[in-house]
Amino acid sequence: MAVDERTSTSVLQPSFSRLPLASRALAFFGRPFPWLIIAVAALFAALPLWTGNVPLRESLLLAAVYITLASNLNLMIGYAGYVNFGNIVFFGLGGYIGMFLISTLGLPLIIAVFAAGCLVSGLALLFGLGILGLRGAFFALATIGINEAVKAFITNFEPWGGAAGIYLPLDVFAELGGPANALWVVYFALVAVMAASLFLSYGIKISKFGMGLQAIGQNEDAAAVLGVPTRLYKSLAYAISAFLPAVAGALYYFKSAFIEPGGAFDLTLSIEAIVMVMLGGHGTVTGPAIGAFLYEELRGALLTMDAFSHFQLVIAGAVLLLIVLFAPGGLMGVVYRVWPRLRKVLP
Amino acid sequence: MTGVLVSLIDGVLIGSVYGLAAMGLTLIWGVMNVINLTHGALIVLGMFAAYFLTAGSGLSPYATLPLVLAAGFAFGVVLYWIAVHRVVERPHLMSLLATFAANMMLIGIGTALWSTSPYNVPVSLPGISWGYYTFTGTHIAAAVVALIIASLLYWLLHYTRIGKAIRAVSNNRQAAELVGIPTTRVLSFAFGLGAALACVSGTLIATLFPFTVLSGNAYQLKSFVVTVLGGLGNPAGGLLGGITLGLVEGLAAPFMPISWTPIIEFALFVAVLILYPRGIFAFAKA
Amino acid sequence: MTTLLEIAGLSKRFGGVKAVENLSFNVGPGEIVGLIGPNGAGKSTAFDLINGVFKPDRGTIRFDGEDITGLRPDHIARRGIGRAHQIVQPLAGMTVMENCLVGACFGREDLSIDAGEEAVREAAHFVGLDDRLNTYASALTTAGKKRLELARALSARPRLLLLDEVLAGLNPTETEHMITVLRRIKARGIAMLMVEHVMRVVMSLSDWIVVMHLGRKLAEGHPREVAENPEVIRAYLGDASEIAAFAEGAS
Repeated sequence: MAVDERTSTSVLQPSFSRLPLASRALAFFGRPFPWLIIAVAALFAALPLWTGNVPLRESLLLAAVYITLASNLNLMIGYAGYVNFGNIVFFGLGGYIGMFLISTLGLPLIIAVFAAGCLVSGLALLFGLGILGLRGAFFALATIGINEAVKAFITNFEPWGGAAGIYLPLDVFAELGGPANALWVVYFALVAVMAASLFLSYGIKISKFGMGLQAIGQNEDAAAVLGVPTRLYKSLAYAISAFLPAVAGALYYFKSAFIEPGGAFDLTLSIEAIVMVMLGGHGTVTGPAIGAFLYEELRGALLTMDAFSHFQLVIAGAVLLLIVLFAPGGLMGVVYRVWPRLRKVLP
Repeated sequence: MTGVLVSLIDGVLIGSVYGLAAMGLTLIWGVMNVINLTHGALIVLGMFAAYFLTAGSGLSPYATLPLVLAAGFAFGVVLYWIAVHRVVERPHLMSLLATFAANMMLIGIGTALWSTSPYNVPVSLPGISWGYYTFTGTHIAAAVVALIIASLLYWLLHYTRIGKAIRAVSNNRQAAELVGIPTTRVLSFAFGLGAALACVSGTLIATLFPFTVLSGNAYQLKSFVVTVLGGLGNPAGGLLGGITLGLVEGLAAPFMPISWTPIIEFALFVAVLILYPRGIFAFAKA
Repeated sequence: MTTLLEIAGLSKRFGGVKAVENLSFNVGPGEIVGLIGPNGAGKSTAFDLINGVFKPDRGTIRFDGEDITGLRPDHIARRGIGRAHQIVQPLAGMTVMENCLVGACFGREDLSIDAGEEAVREAAHFVGLDDRLNTYASALTTAGKKRLELARALSARPRLLLLDEVLAGLNPTETEHMITVLRRIKARGIAMLMVEHVMRVVMSLSDWIVVMHLGRKLAEGHPREVAENPEVIRAYLGDASEIAAFAEGAS
């Protein structure tokens, strides 16, 4: 079985897992990469703040959302080797649950957002245990089905606005000091979620859990014979990959103060997330982030040049095909081939 | 009661067409272990071929079938060389994404060309009446055509050299290579064949229902359900699986609104997969 | 002698084919049992059944007193049974070290990555891969990949190793090296169930031989007994070189 050896794998660092928690945290931050994540997050936070440039903030907000989606999707595609076509369902459902908790139950933002994350994660665990017994391709198709089923359900579910969606009255922003302030708060929260996604991706990659996942991604049967609890690990990865996108969804739709099923469960963004992961380099930590950023720029540039929104998918498809055929390791795959040492520094 | 019976028979008729569509998918799957996610797009191409070949030319859609078969085959071969050839021996993740990417491109171009408006291929054929009920002429014709094509496929697979080569490669590619079979050419032929079947089923479906560029998804899902029902890589099973699905739809139709169909099919799909984990799809050739 | 592995009445059919029928034999702790038989005898299927890849239709498998029949592969691995496959299954995108770490950390001892590294170095040294720990598995030669299969299984410090034709495809030098490795493993007290076609090796290394034919157990006994068993010879009839190898190996 031919496998592309340019695909990045675990970056094992010894003397880590045996330490007590506090020392582990210290050892974690003794490495360069976590600081890189912090630096990027700080940059995201500081730039719009210092320049007072609101369009820049909006653009970076979208980038933060994409990076969040791509990084978490990578846990399934890049580590476990399972394509979650319907990954947008976490984002949309998180948005819906968040909106519902805020508008109907009047919960404060933090609690609503966190609860949305936990609920979607829990649901994902349940679904995961069911469909993760299926092999790769069937799982992939089943995830589309889940997205469509959830969309169909919510479209017919009147208490959540049905097809028309939910509007938030503007007074929900009062607790955050008014609409203008709220937008900044949500922005910083989303940057934090993005950083958390990158930390999560990295932390898993160097852990035993991550090693097991990557073994599954390389050869699931061999991994099982070696003792990796494949079904459990896949389900956990699926559930974990749902949490932060759900939180991001809750934050994002809160900011928009409006959500409707067509947009919340739009497969286009789901597909684009896959392209982002593959473009940047699946299985790496930096790959999905770079892929997300680059794709967003590419998309932005295309939209100004081309009025046909449907070419968006054609271009995305072409990019994906080219990557799969000629550079399966994505951008980071190419980078690692030229500078192998970067594998450890920029995992 | 008779109403349900009629619905069931109608389901069998339409199910034969589903079976035909699925045969294309299961053939490719069985031969090269690739899940062809362009399947839906190929069905759509067949639908639009029916439209453009018949609109204005006065041709009956049934007359276009040989042309669609040939063109579909050629298109499939080209598609194989562009998107599939390099990823056939790679992990399934890659072939899945490659065909998926090709599908995105095809549907995207299709949407740009033909938008998402519904299209229709009107066909007038006398139906068969039975008391208060009529069996639509097009449904009967479609089932007959599907059965004819399925028989042709069976003949090809079992009584021709290329058919034997295809079955040999499905069984064990390396062994086939060792006995001198040009496996790459066989793979491209098989892919073309699968594509041709998908296109032709699209043409038939166009005679039954109105369609849009996005209709492919629904029929692709049906094809997957049929494939797992009938058995991986087993075209005969595909036909039976199609009829089974048609029966299920026929049974549900009088009692359920149409928008629920995809959900039922998805549930059936997952249920079959979970209940028959190894028997129906020995996916990993370990 | 207490038994480590106890197989009783194992049967499995695929469609109309009886791959394994009413198979029974034992493996003692630290023992090497050779499982031989003509092609298609059902040996690999027997492994798949022990290993958890397939569930037997009938029969039981007991390991260290515990009934492990029908357990999933990962559960079986964690009880201390390792396997080196006939067709190697490297985790190609990972290095030798990483491959073996998976074995070490998810095996019987459930080690952390840190402790696992020690187990890996030990196993790699055993099979002679210590110079290639950072090589990607896909970059290894066939012989290297075969050693990796073994090292990976050994890293888990199993009590029983299922060896599926570990000598196949090796040249004489590599074969000699592998034999040395197998002797070292035996010296460590790890039991081995070997499927092998290189007759002289399996006959000379094994403490006990089980012969399979058409899914059933044809004979079992000490290598010398088996080599002289007329039924066994008949099963291999026509293959004079095999028969000669029997005799050579058993003496």
